[in-house]
Amino acid sequence: MYLALALASLEVNWNRIAEGLPRAWRFIVAFFPPDFVSRWGDIYEGLLESLTMTVTSTVVGIAISVPIGIGAARNVAPPWIYLACRGIIAISRSFQEVIIAILFVALFGFGPLAGFLTLSFATIGFLSKLLAEDIEDIDPGQAEAIRATGASWLQWINYGIQPQVMPRLIGLSLYRLDINFRESAVIGIVGAGGIGATLNTAIDRYEFDSAAAVLLIIIGIVMFAEYSSSWIRGKVQ
Amino acid sequence: MLRIEGLTKRYRTGDLALDQVDLEVPGGQVMALIGPSGAGKSTLIRCVNRLVEPTAGRVRLGETEITGLGRAELRRARRRMGMIFQEFALVERLTVMENVLSGQLGHVGFWRSYFRRFPQAAVDAAYATLERVGLAEQIDKRADALSGGQRQRVGIARALLQQPEILLVDEPTASLDPKTSRQIMRLVCELCAERRLAAVINIHDVQLAQLFVQRVVGLRAGKVVFDGAPSALSAEVLTRIYGEEDWTAAVTRGAQGDGGDDALDEERLAGMV
Repeated sequence: MYLALALASLEVNWNRIAEGLPRAWRFIVAFFPPDFVSRWGDIYEGLLESLTMTVTSTVVGIAISVPIGIGAARNVAPPWIYLACRGIIAISRSFQEVIIAILFVALFGFGPLAGFLTLSFATIGFLSKLLAEDIEDIDPGQAEAIRATGASWLQWINYGIQPQVMPRLIGLSLYRLDINFRESAVIGIVGAGGIGATLNTAIDRYEFDSAAAVLLIIIGIVMFAEYSSSWIRGKVQ
Repeated sequence: MLRIEGLTKRYRTGDLALDQVDLEVPGGQVMALIGPSGAGKSTLIRCVNRLVEPTAGRVRLGETEITGLGRAELRRARRRMGMIFQEFALVERLTVMENVLSGQLGHVGFWRSYFRRFPQAAVDAAYATLERVGLAEQIDKRADALSGGQRQRVGIARALLQQPEILLVDEPTASLDPKTSRQIMRLVCELCAERRLAAVINIHDVQLAQLFVQRVVGLRAGKVVFDGAPSALSAEVLTRIYGEEDWTAAVTRGAQGDGGDDALDEERLAGMV
């Protein structure tokens, strides 16, 4: 009923669609065959930049996320640290990557540095939040037992908490690596370097065959990351 | 010697878990703490090592007044009190050896414990203790691969590795079958005798307590209502602790004392049917 009404209220301009169809067709045809060769130098450079950006930002992001995540877990951190860390997470999560990327490009200029900072920043919001929630869900008995031995706070985290959250932390980190690679393609379009910039340039120059090659490479790498991360996750259970 | 004076705990919800408890446990004495669920048994032993912060009263272990210690001093005092838990509370994803060595955490610095480089003496002690509790074969297994009885033995070994003066034991047998329960209770009591350890054992199973301990304290609604020898547990006393119930079966079993091992097993099994 609603669907019917809603569809009826849509103004569909059949003429424009009819005109658009052959154009869409030409557009698709232009992608084939994908051309890996003529722009290979640019593609390779963009790809390398993207991968570097992905790996470094994930590593830095994790390194910063772990202390913030611990601080944002209500059951291990004192209230004022908890609030501060939750605040950082909220700020990091409230903006979409592209918006942050635009900001960082404006601040630090075009190129992969802005991309690296964007992805690190986004990783912090993502990982810290999920890590904090995981820490809040641990079995308190195991942690209590470690506390009862006279362990210091750090030892308590290392023995009582870390073993309980480690498998999930590894899983989440791999997942974030995956996301960061995909995001690196997107933020490249707004000037933050990497394979996204290459893709954008290719489309701007109407070199759709090279663009198709870039897309295929992105798909291939994402699939590779997907399979290898599920394999590693299986290993650490 | 553990001395508790006027210990009171009121939870933030307003529940009065402990009400002016006075208790003294001399060195080497194994004492059972019995009482209905919610009587404050767990709260009492957790107030001793301040996993639960008491509202009022004093706890002294030897010369140290535990209530009123700062963080670092409390840490040092906790080393002297080994704790054993109902649900074993082993760190599931660590090996048996790591779990046992975690009893040494109060004695070593962070980086040593982080890289698992415990002093050789501690490692030797861990091997010896695991052998003593009968787990020499399981040392490199992960804790979650063990059975309930085996896990509790790891829990005991961890507590012993602290080189404690007293064991605080919270329902050690509540998650175990009757036979394993008895083995575990026997092990705990033997170890206390060997090492002249005092122990406070929270336990639900009155008969099991009577078999192994030297003294029974009954807690009801946060107050001590009985303190005496296991043989003095009469129907009247059990009513005072737990409330009205037909206690004749329990009392006859209690009267049989140490001689009634087999009979006790049978009766316990019969009771479970």
